Amino acid sequence: MAQPIAIKATGLTKRFGDFTAVDGISFEVYQGEIFGFLGANGAGKTTAMRMLCGLSIPTGGTATVAGFDVYEQTEQIKRSIGYMSQKFSLYEDLTVKENIRFYAGIYGKSDAFIKEKTAFLLKELHMEAEGNKLVRSLPLGWKQKLAFSVAIFHEPGIVFLDEPTGGVDPVTRREFWNMIYQAAARGITVFVTTHYMDEAEYCNRVSIMVDGRIDALDTPRELKRSLQAASMDEVFLKLARKATRNAD
Amino acid sequence: MKQFLSFVKKEFHHIARDKRTLFILLGMPIMQIIIFGFALTNEVKNSKIAILDNAQDVASAAIRAQLDASRYFDVVRDLHSYGEIEAEFRKGAVKLVVVIPQQFNTDLQHFNTAQIQLIADASDPNVATTLTNYATAVIMDYQDRITQGRKLPYTIKAEYRMLYNPQLKGAYSFVPGVMAMVLMLVCTMMTAITIVKEKETGTMEIMLVSPVRPMKIVTAKAIPYLLLSMVNIASILLLSVFVLDVPINGSLLLLIAESILFIITSLALGLLISSSTGSQQTAMFISLVGLFLPTVMLSGFMFPIENMPLPLRIISNAVPSKWYYDIVRSVMIKGLGFSAVWKETLILTGMTLFLLTLAIKKFKIRLA
Repeated sequence: MAQPIAIKATGLTKRFGDFTAVDGISFEVYQGEIFGFLGANGAGKTTAMRMLCGLSIPTGGTATVAGFDVYEQTEQIKRSIGYMSQKFSLYEDLTVKENIRFYAGIYGKSDAFIKEKTAFLLKELHMEAEGNKLVRSLPLGWKQKLAFSVAIFHEPGIVFLDEPTGGVDPVTRREFWNMIYQAAARGITVFVTTHYMDEAEYCNRVSIMVDGRIDALDTPRELKRSLQAASMDEVFLKLARKATRNAD
Repeated sequence: MKQFLSFVKKEFHHIARDKRTLFILLGMPIMQIIIFGFALTNEVKNSKIAILDNAQDVASAAIRAQLDASRYFDVVRDLHSYGEIEAEFRKGAVKLVVVIPQQFNTDLQHFNTAQIQLIADASDPNVATTLTNYATAVIMDYQDRITQGRKLPYTIKAEYRMLYNPQLKGAYSFVPGVMAMVLMLVCTMMTAITIVKEKETGTMEIMLVSPVRPMKIVTAKAIPYLLLSMVNIASILLLSVFVLDVPINGSLLLLIAESILFIITSLALGLLISSSTGSQQTAMFISLVGLFLPTVMLSGFMFPIENMPLPLRIISNAVPSKWYYDIVRSVMIKGLGFSAVWKETLILTGMTLFLLTLAIKKFKIRLA
């Protein structure tokens, strides 16, 4: 892969007092790639992700996101990324359109852009009729898809998804992943954490964190081959079993 | 700026959509003013009284006229014997009977002293006390009039001076109290709750990942409540001036400026609470117990601070609403200017700056 690099971490470390949450991780994510960021609870995934999003300052190592330094240029980083968290993140008491307008507004998009793109997006999601409905009234799967669309509405180069499909039925999850593929096809780099190992199979490359370190990083096929596992599930169990740290 | 505006717009959407809360927020001050003003007030208006005039002379007639003319009393019966008094009370027709003895005017002129008996229906002791006080005040008024111009030491004059509230209006003391209470509730509690709500639902995280600066988030949250509070202040002041007849004696501009200062204090408190807790219930609880109760108990609005034990008096100084209450009372009721409240204003400003710094610092730490 001779693609340009979207995220590059070298020895990235975060300590909280005596506790080393993230222990010198190094990896590269290529542009337009779907990068799976796996690990048991408490392995340090969220902390690593927060550092890359500019929410938390590392205590050691270096990293760049979209070419910007995580120490000095957090503002530029925030401008270049989209983010969707495991907690559901649209306003239930606002309508679909109001939600879109608000999130696009905080990225400083023009009214004309917002209007045009909202119409396009609602059509794509087959939600034209729901534009003026409160988000509260939508089924969870729709909300989740909408949340993803909102996260990439401002056309970021990179989108971070923190367990985006928690609590969603398999059909919707499949549809959700179709949307991720479409985004990647448009050149958006997708950095995704998940607990579902079938989803890990959909990723271009997968890293597995154990006790704050990255223990494995490769394509799902290579990982299965090198660890002689039949599925990603097995790969994950073989690696995660080595963990000494308690889940939080 | 565009960012900021979409933020403020969103906050208004939130408030407008939650009709019930909005209704409570806007209706609460009106309800409180009405409840305090009419239900809890010890003020009397047009109370029915009777007069047993045994003297039937110039002075007694004048007193009767003066009582009847005052807006507190309506003389509805003229009695002719003591026997009738109890009957009137039993019927509930009057609450107070004024008994003027025979030769009232003669006594007044020749012995320089005369007596009037006030008999009240004390089945409601509060009303009875108030009525006798009012009647005494009216009689004293008359006495002042007849002694005027004559430097004669001829009447024993009881000094009844109701400072700043000559008509003993109950409304005077509670209007500033209601203002402090409502502002504290709307600003502190609502700000704390809405910010914590964003934390609970995870939308705060999204905003922190966006390029919006935290200060903007907080300011945008505060603006709608600032406006709501201004509406509340306006409705309280309008009600007190036009319905309760409590005038604004001092400068309206100063009053509003001081109110804005207190609103900022309350917002800072709300922000501080929101960054110390993660759930809406806790935020509400802290706001109510930690702020609302001290406002009611320790600001001097319900219970006079001078009568409190020393430790409570010391603690009351740490309650921001106490200072605001003092300021509003001085400006609105006593009609004093800035020179009289600069000390209180300075203290309140200091508190506000301290709270704001602390709140912003805490808010930032949470981000790191």
